[in-house]
Order: sequence, then structure tokens, then C-alpha cells
Amino acid sequence: MLSTVISRLAQGFVVIFCLLAITFGLIRLMPGDPFSGEKSHAEHIIKKNKERFKLDRPIPQQFAAYLEALTRGELGYSAVKEQPVAKIIGQSFPASLILGICGMLIAILVGIPAGIISALKKNSIIDYGAMIIAMIGISIPSFVIGPLLAGQLATRVPFLKVAGWGDPFDWILPSLTLGLATAAYLARITRGGMLEVLNQDYIRTAQAKGVSQLSIVLKHAIRGGIIPAIAYVGPAFAALITGSFIVETIFQVPGMGQHFVNSTLSRDYFLLQGVVILFGALIVLANLAADIALVFLNPRLKSNNA
Amino acid sequence: MSHRSNKGSSLWSDAWLRLKKNRMATASLFILIIITLLCFVLPFFSIIKDPNIQNLENTFQQPNLHHLLGTDQVGRDLLARLLLGGQISILVGIVATALSVIIGVSYGSIAGYIGGKTDSIMMRIVDILYGLPFLVIIILFSILISEHLDIVAQTLIEDWELNKTMVLKFTNLIPLFIAISALGWLTMARMARAQVMTVKKQEYIEAAMSLGLSHWKILTRHIMPNILGSIIVYTTLTVPGFILTEASLSYLGLGVESPNSSWGILLKEGANYMETQPQLLIIPSIIFSITLFALNFLGDGLRDALDPKAAKD
Repeated sequence: MLSTVISRLAQGFVVIFCLLAITFGLIRLMPGDPFSGEKSHAEHIIKKNKERFKLDRPIPQQFAAYLEALTRGELGYSAVKEQPVAKIIGQSFPASLILGICGMLIAILVGIPAGIISALKKNSIIDYGAMIIAMIGISIPSFVIGPLLAGQLATRVPFLKVAGWGDPFDWILPSLTLGLATAAYLARITRGGMLEVLNQDYIRTAQAKGVSQLSIVLKHAIRGGIIPAIAYVGPAFAALITGSFIVETIFQVPGMGQHFVNSTLSRDYFLLQGVVILFGALIVLANLAADIALVFLNPRLKSNNA
Repeated sequence: MSHRSNKGSSLWSDAWLRLKKNRMATASLFILIIITLLCFVLPFFSIIKDPNIQNLENTFQQPNLHHLLGTDQVGRDLLARLLLGGQISILVGIVATALSVIIGVSYGSIAGYIGGKTDSIMMRIVDILYGLPFLVIIILFSILISEHLDIVAQTLIEDWELNKTMVLKFTNLIPLFIAISALGWLTMARMARAQVMTVKKQEYIEAAMSLGLSHWKILTRHIMPNILGSIIVYTTLTVPGFILTEASLSYLGLGVESPNSSWGILLKEGANYMETQPQLLIIPSIIFSITLFALNFLGDGLRDALDPKAAKD
């Protein structure tokens, strides 16, 4: 198990390297450069800047120089924001991480129990009710839920604010907006997985032996039943962290989602590269955690490779 | 999906029989067909107004005889925009879903079935693609193929004498389709892989292997039917996801362009006037929800119908 984890982490470095190399090339293939934005610069300033950022050299040389700087722990300088990339990321990463983790916690704590209960009470009013709510959750986009929550809750509940990111109470509304759709997906997926398992022979055997319903569910069914949900949690966490742009915009959260989008639009090469490295690391870790959980839940996977 | 039917009663013909008995699912199928037909056929009749005619003296009308569903912030007929938007959203939903299911399920199940090094490499490629900034991909895609698309559009308009706005409306969507499905299949691949890895350790697969069946046969005849249930449930979940991805892209100015509409865009515009003109949000939401509910019940029905463990009846 440990050797698998170590080899996966090593693979993770390869993944991040490939990711970085591809992004590095692609963003330079796009028309425009960091100095072609709305701000107009004098000719000689642009030239000087391009020399400074080595943009006048061929892409492989630029990449080599960038990697060399990386080994010294330098992420480069954002030409558009005129700040070191490390500083921008250092300021925005905590908010992104908190938002992602709270959103995912809401999704797991609401979605998985709802899915399990729906599966146990299949075709009952509880099941239909939960699944209709889940479907509504999936079909309402965040740019509708966000303003709705801000308009309805923030004006009534005293400690909630319409926007801003100061004290922990401010985490509630953005995390809810971000996590609700994922909760709904998880509920649907968990329900499907549980139904599959509840039909299996070993559940029937346990029932025939007279094991109580509660212990069947807790000891036997959940283990197998939440496998599809766990397989979904890894990529979903990555999606929450990288895709929080709209939620960040609505609630004015100083997170990284906005840099992910804006640095692409403004061709801010070094900022995008820095964000991609960090997001890549998070995706690798999230998928690794999901895969470890899968092996843990399904002992049959342990016998050969994971 | 494979439609190869075998002698006797195949999985598919059994499934169809079982689906027909499920009232909820057949009603849903019926509703989906009706909505699709309405969106694509009704605009050809003159009772539906031009969705792009603005009338600034006629904004925010409540539903009335002249404008059946009222008008929006620049006086466009909401019903006409809803139908036009439906065409695009339904197309995005169908095309992106089909592409991502085909690519994702084959990729994921091959990785899960072979296992070992191949699996590791295949899944690490998926990890790389997850991390790529999707905006870069979409913008590059549109630049890359826009020239070719222009040529195709030109031929369609000149040689085939098709309506210019119609052709441009759909060719402009192609980069969007490619971009959405290029990302959409990744999660599908992971889901399919996890399912295949579970199923392949079961006794009946070992039995099939010891009988000397080819890998292709084992995958298509023994593994696929057993993972179809979860795949279909997940597929019905991805359709609204894709339709909303299109809306988020439009939010960034990269999706459907302005005279055109889509359900996602209508929801977004409605959300802006949520407090004062709630009908602009509520009406598109109702149509969108009905479609998604129907899709959901159809998915559930298909899951039950395709369950190989269900009794033959």
C-alpha cells in the first residue's frame, strides 16, 4: 500500500510537469501577450518587458529558464498585476482552499446520507422528495442560487453578509452555493450505488441470518454502495476548487478561481503557470485520496495493483 | 451504444419491453420528444415571433395574448427566445453527452479492465487533462477550427443554398461542443473505470475468462451490461451539467453569442431581474426543470430496465 502511494506521488510529479509544459506551450500559442491588453504601453517599455520576461526567445528556451527559476523556488512575476506570482497566490490560496473544503464537506454531509436514506426507502415519499430536491439542486446554476441566497438569507439572518470574506460566518453562503450542486450529484450517485449493492446476494444472506437492518446497512451495504460516490468525490473536489470563479465573483471572495480565468483572458503567462502548478498538485492529491479510499472500501482491489 | 441483438431475447429488447411497462419513464420519454419537437418545429410557424426583434417601448410585458409568455428587458418575445434557446441547449446536451459517454466509457473501461501499468498511464493522462485551464483550450479550439468552419459554412450557404443565419448559428457551436465534451468525458472515464474494476473481480467474469472468451466479448457482453446502470444514472446527471457549462461559458463571453440564446442564458438574464420581474427567471426555469425531471425519470427507468439481474418478465 505504502509503495503504491509513493509511486503515485512520483507519478504526480510527472503529471504536474506535463500539465505545466502543455499549458506553457498552449498559452503562448494564443494570440496576444501580457502587454497587448487594454493598458497601452510605449513601444520601448513593451520591448524592455519582453526582454525581461524572455518572451523574445523560442518557447523551449523560455521553458528551460522558467524551470530553472522554479528549482530556486521562484514562480515569476505577473506582468499584468505587476506583483510577484508567489505573493498573489499566497494571498488567494487560503480563501480557495477554505471555500473548496467547506463546499465539499457540505456536499458530502448532505449528499451521501440523503442518497443512502433514499435508497433504503426506495419509491417512498422520502425517496421521491429527496430526489426531486436533488434534481432541483443540479438544475439551478450557481449564478441563480448565489444571488437568491444572498438576497433571501443575508438580508434576514443578522450574522450573514451579502458579500465579503472576513470572519468565518462569511464562509457559509459561498460554500453553500458551491457545494449544493455537488451534494445533489452525490445524493443521486449514492442512491444508485446503494440500490445496486442492496440487491446483492451477501445482503440477502445477512438478512436471512437475521442481522438487523441497521447493522446490514452500516457494516455491509455502505462499504460497497458508496464506491461510485467516492470515485466522484476526487474529481468533484478538483472541480470545486478550479471552478469557483462564478461563486467568487458573486460573493467577492478573494480566491484563485478568478486568477485562473482572468490570467488566461489577459495572457498573464506567469500567473497562469503558477495557478496551474498549484491546481495540478491539488488534483493529483484529490484523485490519489479517492483511489486510496476505493481500495479501502473494496478489499478485492487489494489483491493486485491499485 | 451497441445495438447488436442476439438470438432469442437480447438485453436490449428485454429492456425495451420493461421500459414500456414503466409509466413514469414512457411519459418522460414522451415529454422529451414533445419539447424537442416544439423547439425545432414551432419556430417555422408565423405565430412565433422573431426572437431577435427588439422593441424598447414594449419591455417587461407580463404574459398576454400578443406575447404569450411576455417580453424581456429589451422587448423580445420570451416564448420565441425560449424555443430558440431550447434548440441550442438540447443540441449541446445531446452532442456533448453522446461524445463524452462514448469516449469516457470506452477509455475508462479499457483502463480498468487492463489494469496495471496501462491503467496507471491512462489515468495519469486524465489527471493532466483535468488540470488544463479549460479556457485556454476553448479559445485555442475556436481559433484553430474557425477557418475550417468558415469554409464549411460558406459551402453550406452557397452550394446547398441553406439559410445563412441557420448555418452560422450551428457552426458557431462546434468549438463549444468540442470543448465541453473534451472536458466532460474525464469524470465519466473515472466513473466507468471504478465500476469496471469492481465488476471484473466478480466470479462470473472469472468464469467467462476460464471459458476462454475473448477480452472484447468479456468487456462488451459481461462487463458492460453490469456497469450500464450506474453509467446511465450518471449520464442523466451530466446533461444538465453540460447545459449549465454552456451557460457559465456564456457568462464569460465564450459560449453562445448574443443574438442567439440558450436556456442557460435566459436563466442568467432572468437572474438579473429576479427581484422586480420574477417571471423572466421563473418561466425558463419551469421549462428547464420539466426537461431535466423527464430526463431523470427516463434515466431511472432505463437503469431498472437494463438491470441484468432483474427477472425476465
